[in-house]
Amino acid sequence: MAYSHGDGHHPPQSFWTRYVWSQDHKVISIQYTITAIVIGLVGLVLSNLMRLQLGFPGLVPFIDPAHYYQFVTMHGMIMVIYLLTALFLGGFGNYLIPLMVGARDMVFPFLNMLSYWVYLLAVLVLVASFFTPGGPTGAGWTLYPPQAILPGTPGDGAGIILMLVSLLIFIVAATMGGLNYVTTVLQARTEGMTLMRLPLTVWGIFMATILALLAFPALFVSGVMMLLDKTLGTSFFMPALMSLGQALGYKGGSPLLFQHLFWFFGHPEVYIVALPAFGIVSDLISTHARKNIFGYRLMVWAIVAIGVLSVVVWAHHMFVSGMNPYFGFFFATTTLIIAIPTAIKVYNWVLTLWRGNIHLTVPMLFAIGFISMFAIGGLTGLFLGNVSVDIPLSNTYFVVAHFHMVMGVAPILVVFGGIYHWFPKVTGRMLNDTLGQLHFWITFIGTYLIYFPMHYLGFLGMPRRYYAYENYQFIPPSAQVLNEFITVVALIVGVAQFLFVFNLAWSVFKGRAASSNPWGGTTLEWQTPDTPPVHGNWGETLPVVYRWAYEYSVPGEARDFVPQNLAPEGEGEGE
Amino acid sequence: MALAIALVLIVVAAVLFHVMSPWWLTPLASNWGQIDFTLAITIVITGVVFIIINLFVAYAVIRYRHHSGQRAAYQPENKKLESWLIGITTVGIVAMLAPGLLVYAKLINPPDNALVLEVVGQQWQWSFRFPGKDGQLGSSGVEHINAGNPFGLNPLDPRGQDDVLVQGNEVHLPLGRPVKVLLRSKDVLHDFYVQPFRARMNLVPGMVTHFWFTPTKVGRFEILCAQLCGVGHYNMRGMVVVEDEAAFQRWFASQPTFHQTMTTSAKTMGGEALVKQGAMLAQSQGCFACHSTDGSARVGPTWKGLYGKTETFSDETTAKVDEAYLHHFIRNPTAKVPKGYPPIMPKFDLSDQQLAALVAYIESLGKGKDAVAQK
Repeated sequence: MAYSHGDGHHPPQSFWTRYVWSQDHKVISIQYTITAIVIGLVGLVLSNLMRLQLGFPGLVPFIDPAHYYQFVTMHGMIMVIYLLTALFLGGFGNYLIPLMVGARDMVFPFLNMLSYWVYLLAVLVLVASFFTPGGPTGAGWTLYPPQAILPGTPGDGAGIILMLVSLLIFIVAATMGGLNYVTTVLQARTEGMTLMRLPLTVWGIFMATILALLAFPALFVSGVMMLLDKTLGTSFFMPALMSLGQALGYKGGSPLLFQHLFWFFGHPEVYIVALPAFGIVSDLISTHARKNIFGYRLMVWAIVAIGVLSVVVWAHHMFVSGMNPYFGFFFATTTLIIAIPTAIKVYNWVLTLWRGNIHLTVPMLFAIGFISMFAIGGLTGLFLGNVSVDIPLSNTYFVVAHFHMVMGVAPILVVFGGIYHWFPKVTGRMLNDTLGQLHFWITFIGTYLIYFPMHYLGFLGMPRRYYAYENYQFIPPSAQVLNEFITVVALIVGVAQFLFVFNLAWSVFKGRAASSNPWGGTTLEWQTPDTPPVHGNWGETLPVVYRWAYEYSVPGEARDFVPQNLAPEGEGEGE
Repeated sequence: MALAIALVLIVVAAVLFHVMSPWWLTPLASNWGQIDFTLAITIVITGVVFIIINLFVAYAVIRYRHHSGQRAAYQPENKKLESWLIGITTVGIVAMLAPGLLVYAKLINPPDNALVLEVVGQQWQWSFRFPGKDGQLGSSGVEHINAGNPFGLNPLDPRGQDDVLVQGNEVHLPLGRPVKVLLRSKDVLHDFYVQPFRARMNLVPGMVTHFWFTPTKVGRFEILCAQLCGVGHYNMRGMVVVEDEAAFQRWFASQPTFHQTMTTSAKTMGGEALVKQGAMLAQSQGCFACHSTDGSARVGPTWKGLYGKTETFSDETTAKVDEAYLHHFIRNPTAKVPKGYPPIMPKFDLSDQQLAALVAYIESLGKGKDAVAQK
């Protein structure tokens, strides 16, 4: 790198440039993480309000149908985009990519800073929609037109406009960040860090970022088109139709076009969230089982294969949409094929545990919890991907249970595991272990209790996005009892997340001091000269990489790990 | 250790829950037993994998948990094992996909002799149309919709004159005859979902979608909307009545044709008949999606005790709810909005006579009157 202390690159001096307008990837990562967690807590509260109505209809008087649909919509949008996408790419990606590839920072630090502030703007615009007349949009997070922009749907005025504007701003932020991550991985790797020596965390985030750069433009154009339909009366997605008894001036548009564009983005989006989780969890399992990840090369190729296949499966969200029915054959086949590389990943995590030396630390608990949660969420995907099985289950609680387990709970377990794992590096202090254990058990068992039975409400045929289920003959009263149970557990799990937030806040100041490499990790971020790493990360000289990322318990070595930058015997370090 | 026990318990609890769950597919009432069969295959295969993975992890956690002096094995890869796993997985995937696609090929090919049923959706109600004696549906379009022609049929299309129109939320079908369902929407997306039939499809404005099934059980089956269509979505209900051919034919003959609905003059009726007509109208227009008649809260004000009370509006003005008020309000629902309610009441194209009937019905539920039971 052309980048050392001699060429006038000084760390920022003032408080403002150091912590606020910072161009340091580590500070930007923390900014992203805190913002995502704060907005994620809003999403969490919304989900509990929604569950209150489902478990105890009418108990909370202000949850009327309009509010209910607004909570559903904003919960989904916040969790998928503003929490998970931002946290994995902006949070984990920002912190870990430069450290793990042995760079001093992202290649475009200014663009990186801009990415965060633009993301914050997107969040603020989203929050603003709560305070507009009519409130935020209640169109469902999929925002399907025509309904999304017509009266009869809550927030059909300013609410939907702000939602779309916020998404467009978010995409600008994600693009700026994404270009940075991809370029950094490709161009800023230190000497010896070949692609096949990269930790899987970097591979996962790298592939997810490429997907984001390809998929978000589809959401961008559909957002722009819907904004035009709403504000200027164009008809991209609007055919001739009535609205609440009156004919409108739209003509010739196609609601299905939106669905194709949305899911062309929306399905890769699942993997934008899942691939970083796959990568991170691989490293957590390997480190805490003191064993190399099993089948590294296959794991890398599985990430690449999933990334490629994920852009040709989107219409499995549309099997009953009214699209050309022959599409069903193609999309069902591609969808079930993608299960093969995904299954390989699960096998290899499990085989990494086998004959390992398993330390059941808090990060490891979350990692193993992830395997179980992801397995069931992935397996239920085989129901929904196989077109004829999907047809009776589409838009029921089976779908809700499936996607929450596979792309809600499973990735968030990895987020937690990752935070417990890297917190000592980020802050120099350990998170409280007891609180961490408690947090894990309540979250893991709780989410199983919430979502496992929910599949069966789906088999029964209870549709999702219903405000109430009064007087349906086919729904037995026991279903309401189950809904009450799910709500009670959801409230407990919801409250337990504040344990985690408290643990974060408390441990930053009061946590036990951490050593520079508390888990005995091989990857470069654990080998920094300072903990937390200072500006520029590596002091005078960049690390040189001599080996792959998984030299755990190598026979003949005294220690059970060999850092990537440790020179083999006979070669002097730093030459 | 606790983790291993938890994983084993999860497997045991999941299997027990599956066996004992009172919540399961509604009994099949159509020809699509093959869908249930494919579902069963999928449950078995995925269930076995779920059990194996969790138990294997539990075993590994117990067997290879850290104790002093322990060291992990070092084995970067095992090509043979990896190939086997890929092979077995592929076989499992094919075992699910192949029957799935075979059923699907049948699902998208309705038989030629199928009875044609058109389902028309709008916020938040259903209506239905059958072709008349000529066996053909007349053309339709949003531009033709008005008070006298709620289906939007082209009045000049001769094929549509004998089409049989079903205005309410309830449709009858004959047992054992394949039905090809054509679906269209007047406003937003909807989904025609009758779980016991398994097959279903979205209604999309601007196009006609379709699916088919054969009813195989006599009974009344609830229609749900399963595609979010606004605040009234959860109350967009209907009913399919499956009955033997003779009963169906009697019912079918009693439904008006398009020609008849266009020529029937508004009969003058009064008193109870008018109230009854109003009640049916409220049912068929989907009013109950938003208005209850028992005082419970929905999207709009309840009709119980509405007539005769003094309504406060969002601008804090007030008015007494009487006949004139209701006539005016239903014609211009968003001009003045009652306080605390969203301004989303649809404008319904009702004839004067229909409006009178509806108002008479609301009056019958009003203050100081004995409420007439809904339905």
